[in-house]
Amino acid sequence: MATPTTSTGAGTTTRARGVSAAAPPQRVRATGSSRTFNTACVVVLSVFAVLWLIPSLWAIKTSFTDNAVSSLGAQAILRDTNPTLASYATLLGGGDLWNWYLASFITATGAAFLVVLFASMAAFALSRMRFRGRQLVFVLVLAGIMIPADVLIVPIFQMLNAVGLLNTYWAVIFPQTASVIALFVFKQFFDGLPKELEESARLDGASSWRIYRSIIMPLSKPVISAMAIVTFVWTWNNLILPLFVLSNPELMTIPVGLATVQGSFGQRFSDIQASTILGALPLVVLFLLFQRRIVEGVAGTGLKG
Amino acid sequence: MSAQTVQTRPAADRASAADRGGGEQRPQRSAWLFIAPFAAVYLLFLIGPAAYMLIASFTDTSLVQGGLGAWAGLANYQEMLTSSLFWSAMWHTLQFTLYTVPPLVVLSFVFAVLANRMQRGHVFWRMAFFVPFILPSASISLIWVFIYTGDTGLLAQVQQWFGITAPTPVLADPATAMIGIAVATIWWTIGFNFILYLAGLQDIPRELYEAAAIDGATPWQQIRHLTIPLLRRTTTLVVLLQIIASLKIFDQVYLMTDGGPGTSTQTALLLITRTGFTDYRIGAAAAASALLFVVIVAIAVVRQLVDRAQQKEA
Repeated sequence: MATPTTSTGAGTTTRARGVSAAAPPQRVRATGSSRTFNTACVVVLSVFAVLWLIPSLWAIKTSFTDNAVSSLGAQAILRDTNPTLASYATLLGGGDLWNWYLASFITATGAAFLVVLFASMAAFALSRMRFRGRQLVFVLVLAGIMIPADVLIVPIFQMLNAVGLLNTYWAVIFPQTASVIALFVFKQFFDGLPKELEESARLDGASSWRIYRSIIMPLSKPVISAMAIVTFVWTWNNLILPLFVLSNPELMTIPVGLATVQGSFGQRFSDIQASTILGALPLVVLFLLFQRRIVEGVAGTGLKG
Repeated sequence: MSAQTVQTRPAADRASAADRGGGEQRPQRSAWLFIAPFAAVYLLFLIGPAAYMLIASFTDTSLVQGGLGAWAGLANYQEMLTSSLFWSAMWHTLQFTLYTVPPLVVLSFVFAVLANRMQRGHVFWRMAFFVPFILPSASISLIWVFIYTGDTGLLAQVQQWFGITAPTPVLADPATAMIGIAVATIWWTIGFNFILYLAGLQDIPRELYEAAAIDGATPWQQIRHLTIPLLRRTTTLVVLLQIIASLKIFDQVYLMTDGGPGTSTQTALLLITRTGFTDYRIGAAAAASALLFVVIVAIAVVRQLVDRAQQKEA
C-alpha cells in the first residue's frame, strides 16, 4: 500500500511522511462497528464526490451535444445519444480562441518566469547576504503580504496608464510579479540550505551572482517549479486585471474572452460549454502532469483566489 | 534574464571575497542589485498604487483628465459613508461571506477527514474536490449560469423530478441570486481548504490514533478529541483566508449576475470598479477602495497576530 499516491499529500515533509506511510495501517484490528463506520465514510464521501463531479460532467456532456438539441433544455441534452464535435470544430476553426490562448499563454508564462526570477533574487539577498538595511527591507516586504492587490485595481490601472503600458501584455504581467508570497517561500527555502554549500565557493572567489546561479538555484528546483506553476495558473485565471487593463479585443486572455461568450453566443449553449472546457483544458492537463507541485504550491503559499 | 546578468556580474565579481565580512561597501551594493528588480515592481505595483489610492481618495480625480484632480478633503469619504449604494454593496459582500465561509470550512474539513481515512483512491478524491479550484472563474461561471438557466436548466430539471413544477429562476430573483453565486463558489473553491486540511491531517502522528484506539476511543471520539483540536491552527488559517477572499469577491458576481438583478448582488469591489471605470470617478472609487482596504488589512493583521499567538502556544 506504500504506493507513491499515499504520500503525495501537501506539505514539504515528504521524507517523514514516506516513513509513516510505510508502517502498515492499523485497520487489521477493526471491530465490527468500526467496519460499519468505515463503510459509511466511503459512502458519504462518494456521494459528495459524485455531486462535485456533476457540474463538470454536465458541461462536458453539453459541449458534445448539438446546439439545436442543447437549446431545448436539460432533458433534451440528457436524452441525446448523438455526440458531436461540432462545437469544438466551430471554436477551434475560428480565430478568437487561438488569440485568447496566445494571450493567456504569453502572460502566464511571462509572469511565472519573472516571479521566480525577481522573488528568488531578492530572497537570495535577504537570506544569504549581510547588508545594512536588511531587516528593514524584510519588514517592509512582510507588510506587503497583507495588501490585497485586487482592491488596488483602480490605482494599478492609473499607474499602468502613467507608464504607458495599458493594452500591452506587460500590463497583465508586471502587476503580478510583485509577489511577496513567492519571495517569502523562496527565503524560507534558502534559509534551510546549509551555509557550507557556498563557503568553499566563496573562498575560491566565486561572485554572489555565481553562487546564486550555480549553487543555490539548481538546489531549489522544487520551489522554483511550485512557484512557477502556481503563478502560471493564477495568471491564466486572473480576470479582473486583464478585464480592465486590456481593451483591445486582440489581446484578450481566456477569462476575458469567456466573459464575452455569454453575450455573443446567445443560445448556442453547446458552443458556450465547449469554450469553457477549452479554456480550462490546459490547466487540467497541467494539473495531471504536475499534481504534486500544484498541491504543494497551493498549500505552501496559502494563496487564495 | 541576460540584461540582469550583464548588470550584476561586474559588481558582484569584485564583491565576492568581502561578502562574508559584512560591513564593506561592495557586498552592500551587490545585495541591493539582487533586490532591485523585486523592489521596482513591488514599489510600482503594490506600494505605489496603495499610496496613490490614499492620495486620490482626497481629490476629485477623474479618469478622463490626466493627473490628480483638485483637493476634495473628506468629500469622497463622506459621500461613500452616506451612500445607500455603498452600504448595500458592503452588506452584499458580508452576505456573500456569511453564505460561503461556514460551508466552505465545515465541508472541506469533513471531506478531508473522510478522504484521509480512505486507503485508496487518493488521486480520485483530489480530482473530484480540488480540480474545480484551479479552473478559471470564467469557466465555472459559465457552467453554473447554464445549470441555473430558467425553466430548462439542469437545476430546473432536477427540481421537476422532485415534483416542483415552478422552478426558481435562481439568478434572476434578488432573493436567491446571491445564494446561487455562493453555491457556485463553494463548489469552485472548496478544493483549497480541502488541501490545507489534508496537509494538516497528515502531520498528525498516526501513533496518537493508535493509542486512542487501544484506549477504546470510537472513531467519532477520535475526531472530536484528537483531530479537531490538533487542526485548530489550520482551521484558523482557513477561516481567515476565506474571509479575506470573500471580501474581495468580484469574478463570480461580475460574470454570473453583473451585480443584478438591479443592484441586489453588487459587492464592494464591483461598486469600486463601476465608480472608477464606468463613472470615471477615480477619487470616489479610491475612497471606497480605501475603506474596503482597511477592513481587509485589519483582518490580515488579526490573522498574523493569531498565528503568532498559536505558534507561541505550540
